[in-house]
Amino acid sequence: MTTRTARPATDIEGLIGDSPLRPDGVSKLKGEFDFAQDLSADQMLWGATLRSPHPYARIVSVDIAPALAIGGVHAVLTAEDVPGRARFGLEHPDQPVLASGTVNYWGEPVAVVAAEDQRTARAAAQAVVVEYEVLDPLVDMEEADRRDEVFRRMRIRRGDQGVIGDVVIEGTYEVGMQDQAPLGTEAGLAVPDGSGGVDLYATSQFVHIDHEQVVASLGLRPDQVRSHPTGIGGAFGAREDVNLHIHLCLLALHTSRPVKMVYHRAESFTGHVHRHPARLWYRHHADREGRLLRVEARVVIDGGAYASTTSAVLANASYFAVGPYKCDSVAVDGVGTRTNNPPCGAMRGFGAVQVCFGYEAQMDRIAAEIGIDPLEIRRRNVLTTGDPMPTTGQIIETPLPTMEVIDSLEAMPLLGNGRSDDPVHLPGGTGLTTDAAHVVSGVGYALGIKNLGFSEGSDDYAQARVLLTGEGAIVETAAIEVGQGLVSVLAQIARTELGISRAAVRHVDTSRIDSAGSTSASRQTQVSGGATFEAAANLRRRILETFGGDRLDDEGVWKGDERVAPMSTVLDNHWEETVTFRHPPTFESDEDGQGVVHADFAVAGHRAIVDVDVELGLVKVHRVDTTQDVGRALNPQAVRGQIEGGILQGVGLAVMEELIVEDGMIKNPNFTDYLLPTILDAPEVEALLIEKEGSWGPYGAKGVGEPPTISSTAAVVAAIREATGTALTRVPVRPQDIALSDH
Amino acid sequence: MIVAFVLNGERTTARVMTPISLLEVLRDDLGMGGSKNACEQGECGSCSVMLDGELVCSCLVMAVDAEGSDIRTVEGVSSGGFLHPVQEAMHRAGAVQCGFCTPGFVMAAIDLFEHNPSPSKDDIREALAGNICRCTGYGAIIRAFEDLAGETR
Repeated sequence: MTTRTARPATDIEGLIGDSPLRPDGVSKLKGEFDFAQDLSADQMLWGATLRSPHPYARIVSVDIAPALAIGGVHAVLTAEDVPGRARFGLEHPDQPVLASGTVNYWGEPVAVVAAEDQRTARAAAQAVVVEYEVLDPLVDMEEADRRDEVFRRMRIRRGDQGVIGDVVIEGTYEVGMQDQAPLGTEAGLAVPDGSGGVDLYATSQFVHIDHEQVVASLGLRPDQVRSHPTGIGGAFGAREDVNLHIHLCLLALHTSRPVKMVYHRAESFTGHVHRHPARLWYRHHADREGRLLRVEARVVIDGGAYASTTSAVLANASYFAVGPYKCDSVAVDGVGTRTNNPPCGAMRGFGAVQVCFGYEAQMDRIAAEIGIDPLEIRRRNVLTTGDPMPTTGQIIETPLPTMEVIDSLEAMPLLGNGRSDDPVHLPGGTGLTTDAAHVVSGVGYALGIKNLGFSEGSDDYAQARVLLTGEGAIVETAAIEVGQGLVSVLAQIARTELGISRAAVRHVDTSRIDSAGSTSASRQTQVSGGATFEAAANLRRRILETFGGDRLDDEGVWKGDERVAPMSTVLDNHWEETVTFRHPPTFESDEDGQGVVHADFAVAGHRAIVDVDVELGLVKVHRVDTTQDVGRALNPQAVRGQIEGGILQGVGLAVMEELIVEDGMIKNPNFTDYLLPTILDAPEVEALLIEKEGSWGPYGAKGVGEPPTISSTAAVVAAIREATGTALTRVPVRPQDIALSDH
Repeated sequence: MIVAFVLNGERTTARVMTPISLLEVLRDDLGMGGSKNACEQGECGSCSVMLDGELVCSCLVMAVDAEGSDIRTVEGVSSGGFLHPVQEAMHRAGAVQCGFCTPGFVMAAIDLFEHNPSPSKDDIREALAGNICRCTGYGAIIRAFEDLAGETR
């Protein structure tokens, strides 16, 4: 890994460009860190949820009496107990807080219970008697499209629609349903405040949007609800939507007792949204040198029963359907369907992942058709700063070093598959099932592109407050730390701008600060980082002006070599500065999908090296090397953590991770049957950071969380194709897709 | 019934009325929240503890079977304000992100280093194969323990 981040001449540790020890590291290592699962309160009750066993059914009757009759049960609530808005939703409030009339997906909440302990609560939830009239579920996304059961349609038309290429490649591709599978399940604690309001401490990526939805459904004033940032065990998109938040507050206010709820693993798989499964059709037109002349695509994603973020995911999938390539004739039709499948929403990569699998397979096929190598076809079509986006026509104004990503990926040493004689390193792994004679190897490449920050005219902002106190600099924020290291980065920015060695992040609830937006879209380093940067810089300027100095440090204010105010004097004043940061505005696209839709972009490239046991259809991913456009690495260790973690989720989608949904029901909602990559599945990763400043993030930083997950899947599958000669048009690649094909 | 055992060096009892796991007793009855509940199937290792010196998933141990045993949890591995070398190595290497899997990795790695003070990369991988981390991609975890193995060589 290389970085060229210059640091100011000072002996302070933990400035931007450093990788200081995580401030929450010790408590997490000692098991002392408070996750939502670990919270408790005096007089606390436990909540539990009764869920629909049918993907689609009419509720004929609900009898809560048997549940209420159980000793220790304090409340059993159904739809009629919701005092405010009956429905919630991240973008459209279409999802019932508790089902009424019909249930529309398997696992939909029907009733919630509060009892003295968790076991009693769960037993009581199961004791509620619901009579259903089972209906025929709509589970096929193509059928939903035909019936016009859709959340959104996208239509993008750019350039001459009559173009036909010398080389025409057509293909269809499919992406299975992936789950974020954060290690911590959904959990929370709601504490009534004694005067009709409630404090909520629950797993979240975005406490202000939770707050808004809780307030609406409880029929309370905004000031009566406070949503507190709380320790969470991972997120990856699964914690943007409300799940147990309104339920907890309902139960707490109903019982006037604190109520805690923790989903068990199977419940977690139904309690949060998933990555949209997708079906893609592509027709690429190129000239004989491989330059793209026209790209046509149809993108179908299934949103499941309720809207969640399907509209935005579909938009992303459609806007990024061509990839980081120049093309002046584009037609994309997208549809996000409504079915009785589990609701889908945000997951790392947010629509850009699915289409990348399709367009990168197409690029490889064009390269093969005209006889050039995979990197050369990408180089000939490279999209970079100053070019119009192939879909929206938006001119890319921030640095987009796509050519550097390709060139440096090619320049990275090709270290081979590292295969040794140890059979553990073969695709069969510790099962020792692989015969080395059946192993073939392959190398595959892929590039991906993703927007950073919210798009399509969202008022995307983040507020942060910087204080200078006797404890050092404090950054107050409601931006959620999901594990990525925001608590380090914001403190690094404050240290760098103020010149103060002690800095820490203090998370505050929704009543004490305005929104930081969601920890999603790779955005917090840029937007909350931007707010922190401006607040700290403003604060420093005000302090220097007040004392007539030119430099601030731990000892006070200096003018040249003279200290004009010791820190004790500086701290006689109260110093705080609050900034709301907004990135450059974006706009909704026109009827042809044209316009300035995105605030910033990032590209990354991946090179995967695999061994494949063609008899058993097993894959060992040995290496995934990457080059990524990061703007500027504010914390190289954290950036590397995002890259390696993101790549492994991409590897998971390539070869093992899929929620199997049959007739609307999830067949594998547990860690035994939903396969997650272990340390034995993790490839070696060499990462090269491309630092090209000029983006609007602080110090030119770009978000780094999602690009690792976008093209890593496509690169792994490209490598398997190269090894086996099999078309492989679906992910995850299953053993039978390899073993039963003609290879 | 009353179940008695030694927990992190202290004699402890727990009242166990139902067929529950050791993990539930630790977390809900004894207030030892360091061991995490993530899958309750023994697949992820987040609840790993030492039971009579053996690394186990506490979600798979019936609480009554802990009678008379010596249990060590993540709360019992560092002493006097100092991190255990395994914890220190993870901290330095950036092996902690969300932290939910971290206590389980700490316990599994302590088990590894107690049996093999200078493990190879393959030894590290094999020893930690029962622990799932969703954040790091395991790179920093491997680097942490390679560094530690290097120090003890």
